[in-house]
Amino acid sequence: MNMSTVAIDLAGVKKSFGDKLIVNDLSFSVARGECFGLLGPNGAGKSTTVRMLLGMISPDAGSITILDEPVPSRARAARVRVGVVPQFDNLEPEFTVRENLLVFGRYFGMSTRKIAAVVPSLLEFARLEVKADVRVSELSGGMKRRLTLARALINDPHLLVMDEPTTGLDPHARHLIWERLRVLLARGKTILLTTHFMEEAERLCDRLCVLESGCKIAEGKPDALIDEHIGCNVIEIYGGDVHQLRELIRPYAKHIELSGETLFCYVPYPEQVRPHLSGRSDLRVLQRPPNLEDVFLRLTGREMEK
Amino acid sequence: MDGAYASVMPANAYNWIAVWRRNFLAWRKVALASLLGNLADPITNLLGLGFGLGLIVGRVEGTSYIAFLAAGMVAISAMTSATFETLYAAFARMDAKRTWEAILFTQLTLGDIVLGELVWAASKSVLAGTAIGIVAAALGYASWSSILFAIPTIALTGLVFGSLAMVVISLSPTYDYFVFYHSLLLTPMVFLCGAVFPTSQLPESFRNFAGVLPLSHSVDLIRPMMLEHSVGDVLLHVSALFLYAVLPFFVSTLLFRRRLLR
Repeated sequence: MNMSTVAIDLAGVKKSFGDKLIVNDLSFSVARGECFGLLGPNGAGKSTTVRMLLGMISPDAGSITILDEPVPSRARAARVRVGVVPQFDNLEPEFTVRENLLVFGRYFGMSTRKIAAVVPSLLEFARLEVKADVRVSELSGGMKRRLTLARALINDPHLLVMDEPTTGLDPHARHLIWERLRVLLARGKTILLTTHFMEEAERLCDRLCVLESGCKIAEGKPDALIDEHIGCNVIEIYGGDVHQLRELIRPYAKHIELSGETLFCYVPYPEQVRPHLSGRSDLRVLQRPPNLEDVFLRLTGREMEK
Repeated sequence: MDGAYASVMPANAYNWIAVWRRNFLAWRKVALASLLGNLADPITNLLGLGFGLGLIVGRVEGTSYIAFLAAGMVAISAMTSATFETLYAAFARMDAKRTWEAILFTQLTLGDIVLGELVWAASKSVLAGTAIGIVAAALGYASWSSILFAIPTIALTGLVFGSLAMVVISLSPTYDYFVFYHSLLLTPMVFLCGAVFPTSQLPESFRNFAGVLPLSHSVDLIRPMMLEHSVGDVLLHVSALFLYAVLPFFVSTLLFRRRLLR
């Protein structure tokens, strides 16, 4: 890729804490205007990767480039054009919504007047117009996260880095964040997000990379990954004798995976299997299209923690 | 590695102002309570000890005890204001409140943050120290103009003790460790450095040791100013305070790097 069209480039990045390898030989590139996901369970190395991208910690090996600036050596210059939504809320609880934006704008060297000029559009974007003069401690979790998003936009960044942007939010608040992020993508922003929500990754990401124990185990477009690794319908079966069910379905399945007490059967023609399961009141059966959860299960042999 | 250390130092001469203004905005919301809380203690000490003990003590170094004590209380309140602001408020912003973390996502460096916090701590020292000075002047134990002249020393004292407290918070896992610094260093300094009684009362070995402690240098500058005596060894005292402010600043910034940026 031509550098000017690349927002993020990681090559051979490694990081250990003590003798524990956290990120192992990670490489990926994110094009400008793209939404790229880092997907993986807790402890896969997502947050460490984000901290390295922002220049908070230095990689032991490899190179990182953010918006054409080498990181960590010129991370400060890069951060001028980056907005960050951190995993843990670090808003100022005793300040109002407006004051939070004011204080944060000053960290970017913006004048009070310049901040005042952009605050109305940010409040509108975050749907917080009526909360402008309310203290942050009185906001709901979803409002706080939207304010964090608005705060990350105060310096009009080219790139947004979001660590678990919807973790801990209820479904309604989560959908509102997703909708806001799509608006940002439509405006041409680049987004890098980490998530352990498969649905989030499928809905938002143009491309993603799946991390497991610090290693990249897959990379691509969500649809392509699902096609490549699964490529057929899934029947989930809960209950009954697992061994017996396996034998019953094996002739029709490309692959069968057991996770916890649930049997995941990857079957090209589910209508061939369903007659064998009908009338079994001891089973709970769910037929559905494949998703990234299945990809992760297929690649690692285990489910991602929810 | 030089680049890694340079990257945490202040990026320029003005980035710290944004941090100072953040703290000022937070303080403004609780200014009245904060002022009363910070001033009640030293003023009670000044009046209680000054009038109470003063009756027994009589004159000290050619002046009334309360006038002698007033200068010491100005230095002590400058010391405690900056210390407590840093130990408790700055520690909370660095640790539990994650304020520093949010700032580190912007174009400010760790050094910018520490510098902003230090100047803020010194600002609170100026407020507290000057207020004690005003009480002393109103009671006729110091001249009004001498309070004005003492302000730079009060500010420098605030920088020194803010800076030393930064080292403490950069090393302390929790609030519980602050008590060691407080009991083993600050409280002895109050008695060793001539703030409440003349150091001539101390055995010589103690006196020599006390002479290098930062509070001694503050007291030796502030007291002659407030009593309108000539100030001796100005360059020595100012340079000593300057070193006590600057060295811990660099040490604490590097320690914060080890603590936060890893």
